[in-house]
Amino acid sequence: MEHLSFEFDGGPNAPKSGKPYSVAGVVSSSNLEVLAQPKDLGGKVRFEVNTTVAHFEDAWRAVFADFVERSQPRDVLFSINDFAAIPPVVSLRLDQAWEALA
Amino acid sequence: MKLTPRISFYEASARQRVAGILDPGSFREILPPTEQRISPHLGMFGAPVAFDDGVVAGEGTLDGKEVYIFAQEGKFRGGSLGEVHAAKITGLLRRAAIRKPAAVIGLFDSGGVRLEEANAGEIGSTEIMRAILEVQRAGVPVIGLLGGSCGCFGGSGITSSCCDALIASEEARLSVSGPEVIETVMGVEAFDSHDRALVWRTTGGKNRFLFGKVVTLVDDHIPAFRAAASALIKPSEPLTVASLRAERARLAKRIDEYGSCTDARQIWQKMGLDADRVPDMTAAELTAAKPA
Amino acid sequence: MSSPDKVARRKEKLDRVAKVFGPSKVIPAERTVEFLELILSPGDRVVHEGDNQKQGDFLAEKLAQVDPKKVNGLKLAVSCIGLPEHLDLFENGIAEVVDFAYAGPQGGRLAELVGNGTVKIGAVHTYVELYARYFAELRPDVACLVAIDADAEGNLYTGSNTEETPALVEATAFGGGIVVVQANKLTDNLRRVDIPGEWVDFVIESPKPFHLEALFTKDPALLDETRILMAMMAMKAIYQKYLPKVLNHGVGFNTAAIELLLPTYGEELGLKGKACTHWALNPHPTMIPAIESGFVEAIACIGGEVGMEDYVASKPDIFPLGRDGSLRSNRFYGQMAGHFADMFVGATLQIDPFGNSSTVTADRLAGFGGAPNFGAENRARRHLSEAFLRAGAEAHAGEYMPQGRKLVVQMVETFQGANNPTFVERLEAWDAMKTAGFAVPPVMIYGDDVSHIVTEEGVANLLLCRTMEEREQAVRGVAGFTPVGLKRDHAMVANLRDRGIIQRAEDLGIRKSDVSRDRLAARNIHDLVRWSGGLYNPPSRFRNW
Repeated sequence: MEHLSFEFDGGPNAPKSGKPYSVAGVVSSSNLEVLAQPKDLGGKVRFEVNTTVAHFEDAWRAVFADFVERSQPRDVLFSINDFAAIPPVVSLRLDQAWEALA
Repeated sequence: MKLTPRISFYEASARQRVAGILDPGSFREILPPTEQRISPHLGMFGAPVAFDDGVVAGEGTLDGKEVYIFAQEGKFRGGSLGEVHAAKITGLLRRAAIRKPAAVIGLFDSGGVRLEEANAGEIGSTEIMRAILEVQRAGVPVIGLLGGSCGCFGGSGITSSCCDALIASEEARLSVSGPEVIETVMGVEAFDSHDRALVWRTTGGKNRFLFGKVVTLVDDHIPAFRAAASALIKPSEPLTVASLRAERARLAKRIDEYGSCTDARQIWQKMGLDADRVPDMTAAELTAAKPA
Repeated sequence: MSSPDKVARRKEKLDRVAKVFGPSKVIPAERTVEFLELILSPGDRVVHEGDNQKQGDFLAEKLAQVDPKKVNGLKLAVSCIGLPEHLDLFENGIAEVVDFAYAGPQGGRLAELVGNGTVKIGAVHTYVELYARYFAELRPDVACLVAIDADAEGNLYTGSNTEETPALVEATAFGGGIVVVQANKLTDNLRRVDIPGEWVDFVIESPKPFHLEALFTKDPALLDETRILMAMMAMKAIYQKYLPKVLNHGVGFNTAAIELLLPTYGEELGLKGKACTHWALNPHPTMIPAIESGFVEAIACIGGEVGMEDYVASKPDIFPLGRDGSLRSNRFYGQMAGHFADMFVGATLQIDPFGNSSTVTADRLAGFGGAPNFGAENRARRHLSEAFLRAGAEAHAGEYMPQGRKLVVQMVETFQGANNPTFVERLEAWDAMKTAGFAVPPVMIYGDDVSHIVTEEGVANLLLCRTMEEREQAVRGVAGFTPVGLKRDHAMVANLRDRGIIQRAEDLGIRKSDVSRDRLAARNIHDLVRWSGGLYNPPSRFRNW
C-alpha cells in the first residue's frame, strides 16, 4: 500500500452544489473510490491517494494535472482509495465526483 | 418486443440503492465516508480499504414513514463483514431498538465474513443477529432486500434469515455455504459451481420464493424493491413458542414433501409448475403461478 | 478451365479411390485417413474450411493423421488457423507452407513455429483476398469442406453458417480440384440445397457436429462505463454528424455498446431512419434491441451466430433467408458489402502515432481476418451517399477533383490492461516482420485509411489533418496517459481542439455523470432474450438464469 499526496494551484471554480461531499466509484478490482469534499485550501486543490500499486507517482500526477486543467476547480480535497485502476478510469471517476459537487 | 427500461438493483452501488429506496433527499448517513472509519485490519495485508468499510448506514423516510437502512456494498471485498462494517450495522440496529422507527431495511449483498478479519467478523455477525432480535422485540420489523451482485452467503446468509420478511429478485442468491465452498467440500459431481443455471435455480431468488423463504419476488428494478418494502412495513410479529413450533412444522412438512428431490426442477414439477418455464417467467408471472 | 496436367491428376486420384471404395460418393468415416492418403499427392495445395466461426474439425483431425511418408510438402490454405491440428500438420511433416487470414487462438504457437522454421508463411491475407487468390494463383488441388447435411449425391445444406463454403467449392470444383465434405448428417431429405451435388466429389458423415464458435455473442453485462462513454462520443461526433446508412461493426465490445445504445441514445440523437439502416454484419445478439426498435432495414450476413436461428427466421425482411426459412450467409459477399459500405468501426491491439494499427504482436501472429477490407478507404467506390460525400468534403477540401471518402473508425481504449498501452511509438509488427521474414510489417489498417480514432479521452478526426505532423498530434491528443499520449505537444493539441479536429466529451456536451449503464437497451443476455420475445436461445455458458 502506498500513500501519495499532491497539491495543485486551482482555477476559478469553487464547489457550488452545497453538498458536504460526493463519492464516485467503488473500491473493487481495477476500480477506485473518489471522495470529493469542499475544503478551504486557499484556492488550491489537494489529492490524497491510497493505492495498492506502488511506483506510479508520475502517472497520478499527470492524471491530476490533466483533470485540474480541464475542470479548473479550487478549494476541493479529493481522497482516493485505489485498487489498481488504469488512468482513464481514474479520470472518469474524478470527473464524476467533481460534477456531483460543482 | 420493446423492453421497459429498468433501474437495476443488481448493478447499482450500495449508495445508489439507498438513494433509490428512500424518499428523495431524505437520507441522513451515520458515519459517512468523510469520517473515514476504515478497517483497522486490511492495511496489514496490503489490501485496499474503503472509506465506509463497504456498508452505508443511516436514517430516512420511505413513503413518509421513518425507517433505518443499511446497505452492503457487494463490490468492495465481496460485501464482506469486517469489524467496522459489522459494528456499523449493529449500532444502527441497537439505535433502532431504542428509537423505534417504522422499520429497519437491510440491503444484503455479501459473501460472508471477511477473510482478513475473520474473528472480528464472526463476532460481528452474531452481534448483528442478536441486535435484529432486539429490534424485533421492540416491535420494529426488519425487512431484508436481496438482489445484489454478490448474493447473500455465510454470515450474511444467516443474519438475513433472522429478518421478518425478505424481498428478492430473480438475480438474488441466498444460502449459507456459497457454491464454490460446496463444490470444494462435496466435489464437482455434487455441485458444479460453474454451472450458472444450476447455481441460480438452487440458491436463486425464484427458488427461495417458491420455497417460502422470500415473501415478495420482484423484477430487478429499484422502484419495485421500494414498493415491495413499503408494503411490508407493519409491526414485527413477536417470537413465541407457538410461532417457533409452527415454523418447525412447516420445515418438517417441506422435508416430507421434497426431501427426495435432487434438483430444484423436480421440486417445481412437484409443485405443479412447468419447470422449463420457471426460469423465463417474470416476477409477476411466477407470483401468479405459485401454489398457495 | 484447368490445366491438362491437373485434369489428369484428378482423374488418376478418382480412379484410385473408386478401386478401393467403389463408385459411391459416400466415404465411411472410420476409413477417412486411408481415403485422404489416396486423394492427396505430395506438394498438393489443400484448402481446409475453417474460419473464426465454423471449423471442419473432423477432417482436420484426420488430415493430421495421414502418413507423412505418403503425403508431405502440402501447401495448406485456411481462413483461420483455429485448430491445433492445423499446426500439427507442420510438426508431423505433412505440410510446409500456410496461407491464411487469421490465426486467433493459435497465434502464439504459430509465431513459435514460424520462428523455429517449422512453418513457412505464404502470406497473411484478408478473407476476400484469400478467396480471390483461390480462383487465380492459389487454385486448390483438394478442398476439405463443411456442411450441416448432405445426401448421397453430394448435395449440401450449409445453412446459417454457409459463410465461405460457396467460394471454396467454386474455386475447387471449377479449378480441377477434388471437393471432400464432412457433413453432420447424411440424409435423403435436405431442407434446401446450398451447394449442388455436381460440384462435390465425396461426403463423409462426421461422428460429431462440426465446431461452431459463438464469436459474435457479447454479454452486455461486461460493458463498463468507459465503453459507454466512448460509444456516446462516437455516436455524437461521427454517427450523428455523417449519418452513415450502410455500415459494418467489428466483433468487439466497443461496437456492442453502440448497438445497445441505438434504441436509447441513438433515438435521442435522431439517428433512427437517418443512419444505421443497412448493415454488413453477422446476426449480433446485441443488435436485437435496435432491430426491435425499428432502426434496421436489412443486414447482409457474413456468417450466422449460435442461438440466433429462430430470431433470424422471424425477421424475413431483415435477414437473408432461404425458401426453407433459415438464414443463408455468405462471407465473400458479406465482406464485399462491408467493403463498399459508408463506414467501418472496429478495434485493434496497437496503434502508432501515425494511426497505423495492427493486431500482430511480437509473440502472436494473430492475422487480420476481414478488418483490412472493411477498414480500408475504398478507391473503387463510385456510388454516392450523404456520409460518403460529407467525409469526402472534409478529406479532399480544396483539391482539384472532388471525391467521396469512406469512414474508417478505430475505437480503442488507451490501455489493453494495466501497463499494456494500446498506443505505442512503434508497432510490434516491425518485430514480427523480422521473425516471420516478411518484407514489410504486417499492418492491419494503414494510418491514411483511418478517418477517426475514438478513445476514452475523445475523438480525433484525421480527415481534417493536413500534414503528417497534425495527424501525429491528433493521435497523441487522444492517446490519454500512455507514453504516446504524454509526449503530445500541448499547444498543437489545443489548436487541434479549437479547430474541432480533436473533440472531448465536454466539447460534445456529454457529462461524465450521464455515462451510465442505465442507458443500455439491454443489460445482460437475459434482457436480449426478453427483447427477442424468447426467440433468441443463447448457449448455456451465457446463461445465469
